[in-house]
Amino acid sequence: MSTQTIDTPVTSHHLPTAPLRLGLVQGVRHSLALAGRNVTKFVRSPISVVDVVLTPVISLLMFVYLFGGAIAGGDTDGYIQMIVPGVMVMAVFQASIGIGVSLTTDASTGVFDRFRSMPIGRSVPLVGAVLADVVRYVICLATLLILAYIMGYRIDTNPIAALAAVAFLVGFALSFAWMSVFLGMLVKTPTTVQGLMTIVVLPLTFASNVFVPTQTMPGWLQAWSSVNPVSLVADVSRGLLNGGDVAGPALGSLAWMAGMIVVFFPLAMRAYRRNNG
Amino acid sequence: MTNAITAEGLVKRYGDMTALAGVDLEVPAGKVIGVLGPNGAGKTTMVRILGTLLRPDAGRATVYGHDVVKDPVRVRRLIGLTGQYASVDETLTGTENLILLGRLLNLTKRQAKARAGELLERFELTEAATRPIATFSGGMRRRLDLAASLVGSPKVLYLDEPTTGLDPHTRNELWQVVRDLVAGGATVLLTTQYLEEADQLADRITVIDKGRVVAEGRPGELKRRIGGQILQVRPTLPSDIDAVAGILAELTGHTPQRDENTGVLSVPAADQLLVSALVRRLDGAAIAADELGLRLPSLDEVFLALTNVTERKVA
Repeated sequence: MSTQTIDTPVTSHHLPTAPLRLGLVQGVRHSLALAGRNVTKFVRSPISVVDVVLTPVISLLMFVYLFGGAIAGGDTDGYIQMIVPGVMVMAVFQASIGIGVSLTTDASTGVFDRFRSMPIGRSVPLVGAVLADVVRYVICLATLLILAYIMGYRIDTNPIAALAAVAFLVGFALSFAWMSVFLGMLVKTPTTVQGLMTIVVLPLTFASNVFVPTQTMPGWLQAWSSVNPVSLVADVSRGLLNGGDVAGPALGSLAWMAGMIVVFFPLAMRAYRRNNG
Repeated sequence: MTNAITAEGLVKRYGDMTALAGVDLEVPAGKVIGVLGPNGAGKTTMVRILGTLLRPDAGRATVYGHDVVKDPVRVRRLIGLTGQYASVDETLTGTENLILLGRLLNLTKRQAKARAGELLERFELTEAATRPIATFSGGMRRRLDLAASLVGSPKVLYLDEPTTGLDPHTRNELWQVVRDLVAGGATVLLTTQYLEEADQLADRITVIDKGRVVAEGRPGELKRRIGGQILQVRPTLPSDIDAVAGILAELTGHTPQRDENTGVLSVPAADQLLVSALVRRLDGAAIAADELGLRLPSLDEVFLALTNVTERKVA
């Protein structure tokens, strides 16, 4: 299915020419044009700012000052070093839910019909929306890093490694966003998408090494946590920001990211095509 | 003559519901075809299939010879589509909406901007160009929506109930736009619930009902088949209703229809002189009437006339 972004050519004696297919370069250009539209929409809608700025800020404050003392036994300075890279993973993951919600809203208006009746690639409206989300993720991560700095967090590595961490987290959110896109195409109401995605996100983030060291967990939970993509990405994030092993968890994370795209991109495209069929 | 649009035996089912039960259509290039039908007749389904948004379950449709299922990209290069619901982006301004569509149609930034300005001017939206669509009135939205489907200068334009819910002034404006487009060589397929609209704009009318074509022809031909106007009388005293019905039958040769609730009698009136003849007869019989006049047939009466279905529920 993944190769059928455009309807498969059918040879027919009725037609003098083969069906027209669209080029990749054109597709990229169209996707970027639509990404621009989505960024404009995002900038004008105050709710999405709350979504990507306020939620991570509250979680960071809550985990450092409310639970941090109990979890780390009073050593909030040490705990903040451990938790900031992890909260960045959680925040960007939660930000990636938003996309399915906004796509459901688009699909319920006539806007998608307009795009579908135009000579552009079938995947363009979805890819454009996902690309635009990069801006949301960057805003979300930048807000967290600034707040964390004020709270006493320090990057132990170097600016280039820190940029690499942000890029890696954006890549993580982009690939996991396809799950939300799929749900957004499948489900008709935005609130349902939100609810379903929360069910997925919460166990992934809490059954991970983001907030607590995994040694205190029962064996089965430890086993899950060690392959949980959120744990793996949090390890990469910690390695790049605080120093430590990156290659091992990066490999696992990339496998998850590739898996998410391979599974959910074709599913999302299929659901999108069927949406009004 | 080249056909811009053809359809042969289009069928579309949704579960048990048959939206289209085998529709044929031929639209010569440069003409306006009006597709007339009540709600749920299958008009929108037809437009969506011809616009490559929906695959038919059976049958075949082409736009300038390109199959809508097999070669949708070529079809999409030729068509513009304006649906019943405004398909423009609420949070963007008029200009931004049109520029985006221009960019998607491979115009350069400068070309897209110029095209947007041109269309906004033509649809008298220049003043509102920098306001988000959310602040637009219904008529403005509809005009912008039509402008949006014209960015790529389509050769074939589908207008799905373009004037439903519009005030008469805006409706006339839209009609003028359609006439201009056709003068410029475009082919237009227009769906409507209003006989008058089809009559005003269309070279040919296809009447569909319950997914089938029930009549096809020039507006004049169809109107003759429908029988023109309807004479309607309401006697002041309900007891006079039989006497009046008798007079009407005598004058027209048709048995009048009675509405028992309102006490109104109606009968097809082929002859304009019928009204004065009726007034004289009522005067002679000393019968008073509260209401007496000619009116155009309603869509339901049109369908009654065209389908010969005697028992039709009024929608």
